[in-house]
Amino acid sequence: MTETIGTPILEAPLAEGAKDQHMIINMGPQHPATHGVLRLVLEIDGEIIVRLYPEVGYLHTGIEKTCEAKFYQQVVPLTDRINYLDPLSNNLCYCLAVEKLLGLEAPEKAKWLRVLLVELSRLNSHLIWLGTHAMDIGALTVFLYTFREREDILRLFEAVAGQRMMTSYFRIGGLSMEPPLDFLDRVQAFIRTFPEKIDEYANLLTGNPIFRNRLMGVGYLSAADAIALGVTGPPMRASGVDFDLRRDMPYSGYEKFKFDVPISTAGDCWARYEVRLVEMRESVKIIQQALDGMPEGPVKADAPKIVLPDREKMKTQMEALIHHFKIVTEGFEVPAGEVYQGIEAGHGQTGYYVVSDGTAKPYRVHMRYPSFATLQALETMCQGRMLADVVAIIGSIDIVLGEIDR
Amino acid sequence: MVESHTIVGKAAVIEALPEHPAVKAIVAWNAEALTDAKFDRNELTLTFAPEQIRAAAATVQAAGYKFLEDMTAVDWFPSSPRFQLSYHILSHTFKEHIRLRVMVEGADPSVESITPVWPSANYYEREVFDLFGIRFEGHPNMRRIMMPDDWVGHPLRKDYPVEGYR
Repeated sequence: MTETIGTPILEAPLAEGAKDQHMIINMGPQHPATHGVLRLVLEIDGEIIVRLYPEVGYLHTGIEKTCEAKFYQQVVPLTDRINYLDPLSNNLCYCLAVEKLLGLEAPEKAKWLRVLLVELSRLNSHLIWLGTHAMDIGALTVFLYTFREREDILRLFEAVAGQRMMTSYFRIGGLSMEPPLDFLDRVQAFIRTFPEKIDEYANLLTGNPIFRNRLMGVGYLSAADAIALGVTGPPMRASGVDFDLRRDMPYSGYEKFKFDVPISTAGDCWARYEVRLVEMRESVKIIQQALDGMPEGPVKADAPKIVLPDREKMKTQMEALIHHFKIVTEGFEVPAGEVYQGIEAGHGQTGYYVVSDGTAKPYRVHMRYPSFATLQALETMCQGRMLADVVAIIGSIDIVLGEIDR
Repeated sequence: MVESHTIVGKAAVIEALPEHPAVKAIVAWNAEALTDAKFDRNELTLTFAPEQIRAAAATVQAAGYKFLEDMTAVDWFPSSPRFQLSYHILSHTFKEHIRLRVMVEGADPSVESITPVWPSANYYEREVFDLFGIRFEGHPNMRRIMMPDDWVGHPLRKDYPVEGYR
């Protein structure tokens, strides 16, 4: 077995040319502004950050290893638990990857509902980001407003999936069931009022001099650094890289939707704030288009050996009962091969790399999650800034520790 | 579903996709370094010898594949060579992913680090080192990232049990 090499950071020598007054301090893992169990080891000169070292792994649960011991369809609930703020994006990315391996395509209505729900999920994730980010900086009120709307979204998730956070609503080949009859009306009612709510948040924050001063010019990241350090999603677009997987490499029918991709070239925390606010408005547009053009038809693919039959059929038809029994007890075999599927989730580019060896259990599932890569850019953004800015910058890159550690 | 054609083998891929920017750049650089290639499910996989991966990565980066999206390993225990490293690289201009692949022997596995080409490989390589025990030469900080520093074993190896006590 190979040995670990290197020295623990607290025993590491100070940076080259460091003066005596440099101090190493520890921030986290139990710290309210780190949004989870992130530990930062900081080398500071007075109040100025010289070096910053993120220590992760406190939430590591070995989900990738667990996936290898489950049937393909049993992996879906595990994916929720990785990024618990944007659960449906995880479900979608995994299902798309396995569907690509199988050569199976979800029916049109399932695709549209997936887009609608993933955009709601993005709103959910952005609302939590906005509330907690503003709260870290001292604007406590916004949190109460954003969680009011988040509650509405969670009620919609509960209506459609029976679960508020760990939805597991998507299945390989479609959705787990038809949404309730009044679901689309409820989404419409939510969407009708939501743009005003975004104005409310903007009224509270955009003109707020303390909020502006804490964010403007703080945590600068250039476009070249963003690409070199693997930053994706809103932080990348706030640095001026014009790329969005939904628009540029569409999946699940995104090519049928019209929306703008907000870009900023400022590259600071303020730009990330503005980009995400516009993204919320664009999500509303996409949801509206999905509601207007929602096609009719089934929500499950016609693949009886892969997709579980309806409850009703399972209890009345012999073939459906046999298929149900076989899928639940033996799973379904997936042709050998490897695929990588990337999607644009709320935090950035999520990707699933699924390797199959032809059996009913995945040989290897690897998840690429945006926060893991984005965290590498934290040092670049914090260097030369004040200690208090670290809190603002962590908030602005919107990390979820569940997806860093997996 | 659109049936995408599958092309297997180095010669077949070079012949079928001569205008593909990545294939073109690799052939122009050093066609010998490419040991295998495959085009399957609309994804291009290029396999290289382990000692060539850094140069290959620099070549595709110069060809327009600027963004390292993901990097991980697969353990094919007990077959030989045991480990497969997969690098997923995205091009913002061509709007496409490609996969670079390296096969590594199981005994004392070690590969050149690609951190000089993409600094973002830092965490990915540490993760592979931690969970698979593959060492990356030239990595600035080759330490465990997920597991505690004093952990024994590499959990994502196939001979490591899924459950039970140590």
